[in-house]
Amino acid sequence: MQKSLHIDANKCTGCLQCEMACSYENYGVFNPAKSRIKIFNFEHEGRKVPYTCTQCAEAWCLNACPVDAIRVDVATGAKVVNESTCVGCKVCTIACPFGTVNYVADTGKVQKCDLCGGDPACATACPTGAITYVDADWTGLDKMRAWAGKTDNATRASA
Amino acid sequence: MAWTRKVLRVDLTNGTCKPEPLNMEWAQQYLGQRGLATKYFVAEVDPKVDPLSPANKLIMTTGPLTGTPASTGGRYSVVTKGALTGAIACSNSGGYFGAELKFAGWDMIIFEGKSPKPVYLSIENDKAELKDASHLWGKTTWQTEEGIKKAHQDPQVRICSIGRAGENGVMYACIVNDLHRAAGRSGVGTVMGSKNLKAVAVRGTLGVSGLKDAKAFIAAAAAGKKVLAENAVTGQGLPTYGTQVLMNVINEMGALPTRNHRDVQFEEARKISAEAMAEKRPTDGKSHLVTNAACFGCTIACGRISKIDETHFSVVNKPEYWGASGGLEYEAAWALGAANGVGDLEALQYANLICNEDGFDPISFGATVGAAMELYELGILKKEDIGMDAPFGSAKALCELAQMTAKGEGFGKILGLGSARMCEKYGKPELSMSVKKQEFPAYDSRGIQGMGLTYATSNRGACHLRSYTVASEVLGIPVKTDPLVTEGKAELVKAFQDATAVFDSAGLCIFTSFAWSLADIQPQIDAACEGGWTMEKLGEVGERIYNMERLFNNAAGFTAKDDDLPPRLKTEPAKTGPAKGLVNGIDKMRPEYYQVRGWDANGVPTKDTLGRLKL
Ligand code: SF4
Ligand code: SF4
Ligand code: SF4
Repeated sequence: MQKSLHIDANKCTGCLQCEMACSYENYGVFNPAKSRIKIFNFEHEGRKVPYTCTQCAEAWCLNACPVDAIRVDVATGAKVVNESTCVGCKVCTIACPFGTVNYVADTGKVQKCDLCGGDPACATACPTGAITYVDADWTGLDKMRAWAGKTDNATRASA
Repeated sequence: MAWTRKVLRVDLTNGTCKPEPLNMEWAQQYLGQRGLATKYFVAEVDPKVDPLSPANKLIMTTGPLTGTPASTGGRYSVVTKGALTGAIACSNSGGYFGAELKFAGWDMIIFEGKSPKPVYLSIENDKAELKDASHLWGKTTWQTEEGIKKAHQDPQVRICSIGRAGENGVMYACIVNDLHRAAGRSGVGTVMGSKNLKAVAVRGTLGVSGLKDAKAFIAAAAAGKKVLAENAVTGQGLPTYGTQVLMNVINEMGALPTRNHRDVQFEEARKISAEAMAEKRPTDGKSHLVTNAACFGCTIACGRISKIDETHFSVVNKPEYWGASGGLEYEAAWALGAANGVGDLEALQYANLICNEDGFDPISFGATVGAAMELYELGILKKEDIGMDAPFGSAKALCELAQMTAKGEGFGKILGLGSARMCEKYGKPELSMSVKKQEFPAYDSRGIQGMGLTYATSNRGACHLRSYTVASEVLGIPVKTDPLVTEGKAELVKAFQDATAVFDSAGLCIFTSFAWSLADIQPQIDAACEGGWTMEKLGEVGERIYNMERLFNNAAGFTAKDDDLPPRLKTEPAKTGPAKGLVNGIDKMRPEYYQVRGWDANGVPTKDTLGRLKL
């Protein structure tokens, strides 16, 4: 079964536990600056939005990479950067329409979410359920369900 | 490493910034943050120093768990001699600033001297420099944050700053970070202003690594989070209602100080409660509350983000206040509301926004307005003195007085003195509801007896965050005690004071203690920090910190006489509610407390006590 990260921004409180978990998982340090998931705070609207790679099926980054450093992890469907192949040309960062591949000056390579090999640390760390790891075929279905709940069939029910 | 082992010393007089190694021997005795910074402070500063003189120092400090995934591990504290109180001050704040300072590689910053001109400190990891802040002087904390982010071309930089209140010498000015989090009490912002230090801007990308046993730490932190999530207060009450969950509860207990403590119940409490914040307004069909919010690392998320009613008189034609912003928290809602008899939620939020924007403590400000309203009702203050009618309950007066205090205009200058100095000035010192010149927070000690002892013996003046016995006396945490009696409160207050000192020194938020005891944080501290942190050692550290602060205050000139409550709470019984007929029994509790503490009849720690605590 293919799974994907599912983000419900309404639940996010901005605690940054996910950012610490991501940086620790990948670099062994609690350091939001190195996190592949980022929480954006739209202060004046009172909104906090977690954002990371959605692992496009036809990934722009993967197709753009001139040295074939981004490959598909067949087990998870994640598009994964092979650091030893990456030459740091940043073409993928231009190609990605969402900005979720990022250059890291320290290493001279790019980084992006790799779904932690199928056990996403951010989802485990999130205390509110704003990030979950769900059956990919179910993405959007909870929203559908919520709207379905608002559908007015009261007339028939009482008839 | 749990400690970065680096201290930044900033000499404002000479404009230099120098790193030095952290004193690790002290770290083993005082843990971090409140305890460790206070140790530095008392070692370096004359207790008799004038708080607003260059000889006073100001320390910004993180704890060993700041910047780790321990729940609420994002706090920092400001330690100095308080402008309002003249006592040791330690004000704690959440938001994101503290963790960023840690990520930049610093345990603390010690500011000394006074800059000849306005400056701000800019930190980028190990690079620290003082920069000109002339263009920021006169600006609000919000403008300052925006200005620095623009100048640095970095939206990620985290900033703490003073607003105009700190520049203008409002005695209870605070230091605001991340727009609406504050090191709020005792006038730490006033001290910062007296040093011509406008702000500190930090960008930290080093992170925290190398904890003593990272695996054990992550497991201990996860176990702690589970306890918080499963607890009714930290798992449901605080995230859903915020601290405002208390408004109706405390009012029903007859412990909601109202109209400068004349009454203990507020007839309009419901209108300013959490429940009211969640209701749809008739004017625009929206609720006041937009969402909850967390500080760095916090899995509780008690914070409130609200939107003010755009049609309210206070903000008509002022779109700059229409966006979502912080508030109302319980303390601010009480101080700006019940303490003045004002039941207009939107007016309270407006005054609260002004407090955030220009950096002054809503508790002390609201309580000072309450005292001024009483002076007005007694005919001692006239309409001409204040510049308006200011009877209890006037939302209009509250809003205008907040603006005047922020700008240091007219009667706002007098309000900026705080209630003790103001009431003294008008010949009515007994009308200041304060201890050591710091105003009471939102619990009336006639209805919650232990809080009377808490206030009287708090090292930073009247305060609920030094020993929150409300937890025990009202909520039954960890055990239920009777709020109406004095028996057993001496032991209770000591236990809470010592444990709180540990939480404050670890880098954690004290709200975790609704669910956590020392036994919950001990494994987290022990796994993160070198040195074998047993329950016994932590208990001793807490007691040592409390006594160290006490010794500083004694040397500063405080005596047993200052461990007292205003006459109103000792002679005017509560008029209504469960505590009807009661006054606070401080005179009975104080000697018991001194005994439990191992202090003599004058409140001075005995030789034995000092020896036992290695002080
Ligand atoms: S799945 Fe893993 S790599 Fe991707 S954002 Fe979450 S923690 Fe980071
Ligand atoms: S851990 Fe969850 S609630 Fe916290 S910031 Fe990340 S997405 Fe938001
Ligand atoms: S409980 Fe509230 S104040 Fe404490 S860290 Fe969490 S959000 Fe901040």
